Amino acid sequence: MALAESRARGASSAASQLPWLQNLNPAAVLVAVVVLIMPAIASSFVLTQIFGWAYMLGTIALSLMFLAGYGGMVSLAQVTVAGFAGYVVAILGVNGVPGGRGWPWWLAVLAALILSTVVGAIVGALAVRTEGIYTIMITLAIAAAFYYFTNENYAIFNGHTGIDGIPTPVFLGVDWHAPIPFYYLTLFVAVLCWLAVSYVSRAPFGLALQGIRDNPRRMAALGFNVNAHRVAAYVFAALIAALGGILLVWSYGEIAPGAVSVSAAIDILVIAVVGGIGNPIGPFIGALIYAVLKTFALDVLVAFGLDGNRFRLLIGLGFLAIVFFSPDGVIGLWARWRNRLQAGSAPPQKAGDGHG
Amino acid sequence: MNSFIARRPIWSLIILVVAIALTWLVFAPWPPGFEAVFGRKKLFLNAALNGITLGGLYFLVASGFTLIFGLMRNVNLAHGSIYLLGGYFGYLAVDATGSWLFSFVVAFVVAALLGVILQVAVFRRMEGEELRQTLVTLGISIVLADLMLWAFGGNSWQIQTPTWLRGPVELPLVTAVKSSGEAVYLSYPIVRLVIFLASVVIGLAMWLVLNRTRVGMIIRAGVDDREMLAAMGAPVQLVFVIVFAFGAGLAGMAGVVGGTFQSLSPGEDTRFLLASLIVVIVGGMGSIPGAALGAIMIGLAEQVGLAYFPTYAIVLTFLIMVLVLAVRPQGLLARR
Repeated sequence: MALAESRARGASSAASQLPWLQNLNPAAVLVAVVVLIMPAIASSFVLTQIFGWAYMLGTIALSLMFLAGYGGMVSLAQVTVAGFAGYVVAILGVNGVPGGRGWPWWLAVLAALILSTVVGAIVGALAVRTEGIYTIMITLAIAAAFYYFTNENYAIFNGHTGIDGIPTPVFLGVDWHAPIPFYYLTLFVAVLCWLAVSYVSRAPFGLALQGIRDNPRRMAALGFNVNAHRVAAYVFAALIAALGGILLVWSYGEIAPGAVSVSAAIDILVIAVVGGIGNPIGPFIGALIYAVLKTFALDVLVAFGLDGNRFRLLIGLGFLAIVFFSPDGVIGLWARWRNRLQAGSAPPQKAGDGHG
Repeated sequence: MNSFIARRPIWSLIILVVAIALTWLVFAPWPPGFEAVFGRKKLFLNAALNGITLGGLYFLVASGFTLIFGLMRNVNLAHGSIYLLGGYFGYLAVDATGSWLFSFVVAFVVAALLGVILQVAVFRRMEGEELRQTLVTLGISIVLADLMLWAFGGNSWQIQTPTWLRGPVELPLVTAVKSSGEAVYLSYPIVRLVIFLASVVIGLAMWLVLNRTRVGMIIRAGVDDREMLAAMGAPVQLVFVIVFAFGAGLAGMAGVVGGTFQSLSPGEDTRFLLASLIVVIVGGMGSIPGAALGAIMIGLAEQVGLAYFPTYAIVLTFLIMVLVLAVRPQGLLARR
């Protein structure tokens, strides 16, 4: 791992994230320790409602960050893939709807992961038919179409009511529905996905993907199959999103069309952009901010003398502020602040935003 | 026309056959055996007319979207919100003055003003940064949606149809023949037909403006090559503001139409944004005739799907989009 890191430092396109890993190791270690001993400090509400939720949302947002940050493809269909995986687990596994298939959890999860990668490949194959800003339109159309489909279709998706009564599995002798085990489960998946994305971003495939992001024509001229790399990126992202989606279904015990709605898709984009799409840790920071805001928005808004229902207004305005003032998200603010601290009058570092 | 037949003989034949079949389906009384398989003719005619008139509404929304995209490369994801805002203001105008026609003016002006503010205050500052502009429109759509929910609540509102447009009109289309030999004609809400005609008129007017006036010439040139247009000394920024105001204003007027046809409620903004997206993807980005074709196709697909296989209706719309992307990714009538 260390070898790969030091070697990749030479590659300019991946360099933006490495100083973070190398120079901030004390902070990273601190974060790791805090996150690991969290169950000892925090209440079970904070554990599951804020941190566990943030890990799951962050995992889904991470899949979007991977596509947007390394592939230059802003896909709004990641929630659709995650929700699809959740629906597969709900439909095939044990559920509270008459006529459930009742597959064992591991088989349902396996099926969900496989089918989600297929869906991811289909979404990718459609989205790469056009380029750049069109991607956002096509994936948004796919997301909205899937939402309306689940909402209207009772034969498979049980329509507007959705599917409930989905148990969190018990395996290795642990009831994973209990707050502390579930916290560690979400943490494990989040860290696994984070490591996978960090690794892939420095692997030959990830470097080729970043090359395609910056200059697809040159990469094509060099003999890389541009579209195959892009579709493969969608497949990899679909796998990550599916893991997040399965965890979300277990956490709620139910899934309904609201989980794949357009506003859910937009929320994940907001999380990824607010956190920062230049670094795999960004989505988790964004998700933590989102979870904290969503949980405490009511109290904060009322404290400011506003209507407590205006959470989405807060999210929208915060998102606008980030897009206006820091296109690379909270991570970018942090990096700029650190640069200013270190270099005094050095000009702020311009982070790559995909316009190569 | 002749050159098209010469170049694409097979396609011409297919189009001719489909046209004849459609004409027969619409005008001839259906034989009983045919009705047994495909359902009653009234169902089909209603679905087709609903689809075409809904297509008119979709055209009003999507043509502004496609113009803004074609000229400024700005995917305005707040377009649905502008539609809904126009609808709400139209409702307030009808409520205050009682005049349905006046509400169109109010909706147009409010939406156009919002468009001008957006273009001057926001998008001009980030020209050329397509992704950032799109993200900003997304943020604006979140904010607008919540503000409208705050102001107008979660109930659905319907704009009163004016008295002179209420009730059905009998169309010269036979739905069935009674045993006495007397033909039964289709009756259809007159307001939908009037609105469809109005959207056709607006579409033709837009086509004329785009193809016969100086401003239209500048806009078409801008869709093709914005940089070159700016280099030629055309007042590009002014044209941008005009197009954004007009596109937003159309969406606002469409809000009044939608509020009369159907209803206004939170969520309608997303529905019409989706419709605009699919219409523009199918028809071709930046093309007004493409928007017209796409709007009719999507409107028909939605209503025919709703009539014949309700729970899978959206799949039909989606399949059209997928097919177009697979065969002609730039859209059916796009030039590039």
